[in-house]
Amino acid sequence: MEKTTLFDKIWDAHVVRSVPSGPDVFFIDKHFIHEVTSPVAFLNLEKRGVSVKYPHRTIATPDHNVPTVDQDQTIKDKLSRMQVERLRENCRKYGIELHDLGSAHHGIVHVIGPELGITQPGMTIVCGDSHTSTHGAFGAIAFGIGTSEVEMVLATQCIMQSKPKKMRITVDGELGAGVTSKDIILYIISKISAAGATGYFVEYAGTAIQSLSMEARMTICNMSIEMGARGGLIAPDETTFEYLKGKQYAPKGEDWDKAVAEWSQLKTDEGAVFDKEYHFDAADIEPMITYGTNPGMGIKVLGNIPTTEGMEGSNKTSYLKSLEYMGFAPGEPVKGKKVDYVFVGSCTNGRIEDIRAVAGFVKGHKKADNITAWIVPGSKEVEKMAQEEGLVKILEEAGFELRQPGCSACLAMNDDKIPAGKYAVSTSNRNFEGRQGPGARTMLASPLTVAAVAVTGKITDPREVFVES
Amino acid sequence: MAYDKFTVLTSTAVPLPTENVDTDQIIPARFLKATEREGFGDNLFRDWRYDVEGNPKKDFVLNDPTYSGKILVAGKNFGSGSSREHAVWAIYDYGFRCVVSSFFADIFKNNCLNIGVLPVTVSPEFADKLLDAITENPATEIEVSIPAQTITLLSTGETESFDINAYKKDNMQNGFDDIDYLLSMESEIDEFEKTR
Repeated sequence: MEKTTLFDKIWDAHVVRSVPSGPDVFFIDKHFIHEVTSPVAFLNLEKRGVSVKYPHRTIATPDHNVPTVDQDQTIKDKLSRMQVERLRENCRKYGIELHDLGSAHHGIVHVIGPELGITQPGMTIVCGDSHTSTHGAFGAIAFGIGTSEVEMVLATQCIMQSKPKKMRITVDGELGAGVTSKDIILYIISKISAAGATGYFVEYAGTAIQSLSMEARMTICNMSIEMGARGGLIAPDETTFEYLKGKQYAPKGEDWDKAVAEWSQLKTDEGAVFDKEYHFDAADIEPMITYGTNPGMGIKVLGNIPTTEGMEGSNKTSYLKSLEYMGFAPGEPVKGKKVDYVFVGSCTNGRIEDIRAVAGFVKGHKKADNITAWIVPGSKEVEKMAQEEGLVKILEEAGFELRQPGCSACLAMNDDKIPAGKYAVSTSNRNFEGRQGPGARTMLASPLTVAAVAVTGKITDPREVFVES
Repeated sequence: MAYDKFTVLTSTAVPLPTENVDTDQIIPARFLKATEREGFGDNLFRDWRYDVEGNPKKDFVLNDPTYSGKILVAGKNFGSGSSREHAVWAIYDYGFRCVVSSFFADIFKNNCLNIGVLPVTVSPEFADKLLDAITENPATEIEVSIPAQTITLLSTGETESFDINAYKKDNMQNGFDDIDYLLSMESEIDEFEKTR
């Protein structure tokens, strides 16, 4: 029998029809929608006179543009309010399940999907958001789509997709103390560049990946898009099943046993061929941080910004433009640079484990005076757990400002903006120019590094602050 | 939405050689608040085009009257980052019908094809040639032909062919979109859905 990859198995099982010399008609099991990329899709459906075909396969929550304070009150920003109200109307009209602002399971779409057990192995999942790749952590094919495709899924539960090429990234070995899954993915992107996986779908494998929790796996799959990949996935295993067991939408009783038996088959055959393979050693990975304006511009926290040696033409011009935006010079170290803001949150690192990590590290410390520290839970559920576990108290005592769930300062659509020229070390996923507010300077790092920066007020390797005694 | 038919486009072009232009630069998130598709062109490249007071920045190419046209010739890795289709709406709404680059991000490319903006991938050498020619003489015309799958620098006659799959090629030439196709196979999808 032909040896196939996990990706092939799931993809092939979802092809309704292959168009000759064209894309596949690709069936979507679950579709997440939010308030920003769905309104035009619904509007166009109406113009066509078409309805939502399978409403039970779509789940909605407002996250991108919601305020993170006073969520029980009417949204002040007019356009934001309009988007959220439009989402409510559309969900009501078509019978789509909505986890509305303030409800028990409201949150960032990529946090609540797994939390509710909607995300399951072997599924195809899309959303009008590029970080849909997060769900790949469960051994699902999950990727971001544009609004025209959101319309296609609403109307037909299918999209037209050409099958991407396959890449496997294997990380073997043990991670050092103070090194997290965020450092793994920032390290990988720094090695293969922000466009290095364009055209590919990635499978992450190896002992270092297998040893990670579901939360940590989600962080890795989440950032697949930051190296250009459409998505990334990890074969489901005991860790996956353990996470899903008992979740609201997970199968129960006999169905559960049947599901686990099926899910256990979801793995790449030994000897299956990938179009491209990379191997990394976990022992080489140290706490990472970005210094530029794309996620591929990352170095270890204790490293120096690369010089322009060997660069020429538009490559060099673009590089220098990026450093100029950041206010950095080629060749200098980043360690010790003064920081103004820290942001803990987003679909990359806004889950309970991330908040536990930060709270665990800052316990008994105070944030530095020059730092404004925002912590934004990924969902109501995360917020609730953080309160019940006493993490909120620890963080507030350390001087962190706890906000309500949403995408928040990751993309700064709402009021959570970093002011122009200020430096923010963020647990989010993008350091693009102006991403966290016009003129804002973003450096991406792990929750642990962010905790170290919060306490010292400057770029700091977490291993140098929180020495285990 | 079905869109304008696209067969052969002959136009001057606007050069933007910057590499890794992400969709947050094409249309910053704070302008994603509309619930309709029109009007995004005003904020295309907003933060490169205008200062904080909203005055045009003289050094940005869209503010340079020397350059105009329906073709944008861009640097490597254009359209990375967010899946926001608003980025393509902004490009379309501004008046571009074709974007040329030596390398596109995947989702951006799909989004282009879905609304009738043609993404043309050329070799890095040909991209440089186009950028040099336009910069030297902004009146330089470029011809993009979907039937022939070629892009030609009309001043010198230099030409290169580009890839587009037969299905999308047909769609672009006829102004069809994917939903038209998908709706036509409704019963086949229904049968499939029952198995999932």
